[in-house]
Amino acid sequence: MNHATKDNAKGVNSDSEMFEFLSFVLGNEHYALDIMKVKEIRGYEAVTKIANAPPYIKGVLNLRGDVVPIVDLRIKFAIGEAKYNEFTIVIMLNVLGRIVGIVVDAVSDVVRLAATEIMPPPEFGVAFDSKYLQGLATVEERMLILVNIEALIGSDELGLVDANTTTSQG
Amino acid sequence: MSVDMSQFHQVFFDESQEHLDEMEQLLMAIDITAVDDEQLNSIFRAAHSIKGGSGIFGFDHLAQVTHIMESLLDLARKHLLQLDRELVDEFLITSDVLKAILAAYRSDAPQDTALISQTKLKLQSLLDKHDSVIAKQEAEQGFGLFEQAANNKADEDFGFFTDVPSKPADEEDSFGFFDSPAPLKVSQDDGFGLFEPVTDNSPVPTTDVNPKTPDIEPMNKARPPTAAAKSVESATIRVDTGKVDNLVNMVGELVITQSMLSLVGAQLEGPLAEKLQSALLELDRNTREIQDAVMSIRMLPISFVFNRFPRLVRDLSTKLGKEIDLLIEGGNTEIDKSLIEKLADPLTHLVRNSIDHGVELPAKRLAAGKNPSGRVILKAQHRGGNIQISIIDDGAGLNRERILQKAADNHIEIPANPTDQDIWQLVFAPGFSTAEAVTDVSGRGVGMDVVKRNITDLGGSVEIDSRDGLGASFHIYLPLTLAILDGMGVSVGGSVFIIPLVNIIESIQPKPEQIKTVQGSALLKVRGEYWPLLNLYEVMGVQPHFTTPAEGIIVLVESNQHRFGLFVDALEGQQQAVIKSLEKHYKKVNGLAGATIMGDGSVALILDIESLARLVSHTSAKEMV
Repeated sequence: MNHATKDNAKGVNSDSEMFEFLSFVLGNEHYALDIMKVKEIRGYEAVTKIANAPPYIKGVLNLRGDVVPIVDLRIKFAIGEAKYNEFTIVIMLNVLGRIVGIVVDAVSDVVRLAATEIMPPPEFGVAFDSKYLQGLATVEERMLILVNIEALIGSDELGLVDANTTTSQG
Repeated sequence: MSVDMSQFHQVFFDESQEHLDEMEQLLMAIDITAVDDEQLNSIFRAAHSIKGGSGIFGFDHLAQVTHIMESLLDLARKHLLQLDRELVDEFLITSDVLKAILAAYRSDAPQDTALISQTKLKLQSLLDKHDSVIAKQEAEQGFGLFEQAANNKADEDFGFFTDVPSKPADEEDSFGFFDSPAPLKVSQDDGFGLFEPVTDNSPVPTTDVNPKTPDIEPMNKARPPTAAAKSVESATIRVDTGKVDNLVNMVGELVITQSMLSLVGAQLEGPLAEKLQSALLELDRNTREIQDAVMSIRMLPISFVFNRFPRLVRDLSTKLGKEIDLLIEGGNTEIDKSLIEKLADPLTHLVRNSIDHGVELPAKRLAAGKNPSGRVILKAQHRGGNIQISIIDDGAGLNRERILQKAADNHIEIPANPTDQDIWQLVFAPGFSTAEAVTDVSGRGVGMDVVKRNITDLGGSVEIDSRDGLGASFHIYLPLTLAILDGMGVSVGGSVFIIPLVNIIESIQPKPEQIKTVQGSALLKVRGEYWPLLNLYEVMGVQPHFTTPAEGIIVLVESNQHRFGLFVDALEGQQQAVIKSLEKHYKKVNGLAGATIMGDGSVALILDIESLARLVSHTSAKEMV
């Protein structure tokens, strides 16, 4: 399941105005995130539960020696149905110096968008708070919601990042 | 040119730092009444190396200060200058200044030029003073005799020391050759004064160069130290700690892969299986050996931290007008490098504390019938899977009443009917300080809580013992290493947890009559003792196979403060766990010390008995009393 994400990533620099996004599906909505933040894409595997964690944090798993938390965005944002089968996908992200896996219903495509094609995000009508959104884009008659994944993963709301870990290390 | 040189700067900084540390230790060790030539030479060499390096790299401030210091040291080692306490103090101050200069160069910070020129002036004035004394002596001696004798000696020396480079007069080369080249340096500008001490006082050079005893022995005497010093140098290499950490990580992975293989191997059957299993057994042993070897790279003797304390104690005791003997024991105890770095601050704080608050002034000690000079012992030793570091003083001890008073003043919560231990622990509360006057040594009230936190962060704990009027001791318990732990796997429902072996006392299968319930919480009676019980399935929120203790297993564990029983479904077996931090990609979870990767590639969580103990003490420890 480890699709290489780099194949299509080439050519990013050919036009500095173009950005590449990985689009994925949550319920009936189509989302996309900055492809440079994606480490790899895997199938869903059994995780180790963490005590007293919120239900959307499924647990941790071993990613080649790193113990990585897995977040189910479907539970967190109450989109679609949180079922786990052989088609369930985990996108491994590399954000804020951490590795975090997010569970999504499907990964659809890599899309290239010019800055001019990205419209400002809507204030409402989307499961995500607008502060986690980067914008909207239309690709082949379909609306894509661009997620600012760094803001989402680092947010207090998700509680993935301990507020103390950054300060206490000083 | 400077671009090419910059790549060596880091090495120069590291080495100079080591030289400075060494210099300081040697200065501290010097006995003014009987100065050891070898020590003086070592100090001189350290100064000289720094000077040489800083000259090459163009660190002029460093070079200038060390140059004057070196000149003074040179006179001292040639016995032209009598070391006294004042001079040693001056050298110590200079080494501090040098450290500051070095730090400034290292971090590209502006230099404190006022301090530097002040230091230079001070040293120069000392040098001038002694130069004039020497000049006077020299005038009395007369020149005729001197020249002749000196020449003779120079000639003889060439015959004896074949390993002396062809230009022995070159000061740059001379430092490595101990005493022998010293007499050859008569051609140096400051060399006129040499003659008198070389022939009369300096024992080694005179016997070595004495033309009447041209036998092989003096040469042998002079040479071994050089050879020994060389072999020590070449036996160590400087390696980036990042590389070592990387190696440790990779070996951790290797251990995991190896245990995966063992699992697979154990499932095989047939004629080849036995062969495979014996090969796997071999692999197992080799992996463990590699692991031990790699881990030992990270281990350093704790003297790396301890060695800074003689200086600290000396400075502090002078400042505070106290007499203090510092005893260091167990400096060879090895401990993980990452722990060493983080130990320096808390230890410094505790030692300062003992000297400032613990040890009394001489008059007060005399009045109390004690030896006027106090004693502080710094001790390290292995204890089980831990390292125990103790700071023991024979001062006044902790004052129960004053601590209680202070805690009340600062609105720190005091437990009801506090035991001595409870009171001592109050010292670690944030914002606590009992010093009557706030001094610049200690007493700002920030500190003990930081000490405690630093040590807890390292996975350790602090305990205090105190006896009124007899002294106090602080004991720090630390794990040997942060990377690997011996643990016992226990299962609850479908999950596996690791309990650190150091915390485990024993595991038992309780009989129903051993379980008592007091005020709703279960207690286990073992050999006449009652143990509070903690249900792991409740704490970790997993669905267990068994909910009554008599069906499962109870693991008796102890933390530093508490002992309790942990109720689990079954034991899975003992294993080595490579500790993976949960904080790296997630966050700290209460009750967990981290995670590890099992033989089958799944993740198991490592229990933190210390924080679990706190859960117990909240619920059922009260009933124990």
